[in-house]
Amino acid sequence: MGLKRNVSLSAGLRYKGPAGYLTYILHRIGGLGMAIFITTHILASFVGGRTGGFFNEMYESWVFQIFIFFCVLFHAINGLRITILDLFPKLLDYQKEAIWIEWAVFIPLYAISVLVILRTAA
Amino acid sequence: MTTKRTLSIKQRGLTNFEAIMWIFTRLSALGMYALILFAVIGALIMGARNQMNLADVMRWGFMPNVTHVQNTDVPDLGLWASPFWKLTASALLLVAVAHGVHGLVVIADDYIAGEGGRKIVRLLSIVMMISMSGIGLYLIWTS
Repeated sequence: MGLKRNVSLSAGLRYKGPAGYLTYILHRIGGLGMAIFITTHILASFVGGRTGGFFNEMYESWVFQIFIFFCVLFHAINGLRITILDLFPKLLDYQKEAIWIEWAVFIPLYAISVLVILRTAA
Repeated sequence: MTTKRTLSIKQRGLTNFEAIMWIFTRLSALGMYALILFAVIGALIMGARNQMNLADVMRWGFMPNVTHVQNTDVPDLGLWASPFWKLTASALLLVAVAHGVHGLVVIADDYIAGEGGRKIVRLLSIVMMISMSGIGLYLIWTS
């Protein structure tokens, strides 16, 4: 089974790596956010009724939409960068440049999305 | 430029389960991109340009299930509820659940290093994967 690491939970949570750490932790937060809320959404749709309705109505609030769309869009764009660099390992030498391109794609796309969400917020 | 630290995929080899899941995570990401694009193009072909706004198209794209278009101006939901889209939705669901549950295992492994803890994580991940796939498929095919 995998690597043996003698690191405690708190030390693991305090870990801060070098280059690309921000994208790494945001990728993790985005993935966790999606896993938690999509699981909730599926279970709520399955349970239905008043309880299910409460959770599914949460998805219509603009605050939640801004959060979950950050998770989805960042995870998707960062994931595409990881995929391309991992499938073509020669490109790993240009990781820093790739992260800059990633932000150049993510920031305008997310900004427009937030604007649209806020304009249509009920 | 510093010395080469990277190996090609062939040199790395895909010998154990973790390595296979490593490549699966990457390929399933591309697969989900393809399936979402496929669903969005399908929506445009079915007339979404005149009947839905961008947010509705996105909601359909992320999971092409008919319940996601119920509040739009689409006059006939029959086309959107066809087995073709149920199959597409099922494919997206299964790929996403496998990708997501394995992601949770990877995260848990960073913080749970003990042999016993990791076994529990794996057991829970299998239970979660089977149950979420089953519930998801049930919702898609009964909606």
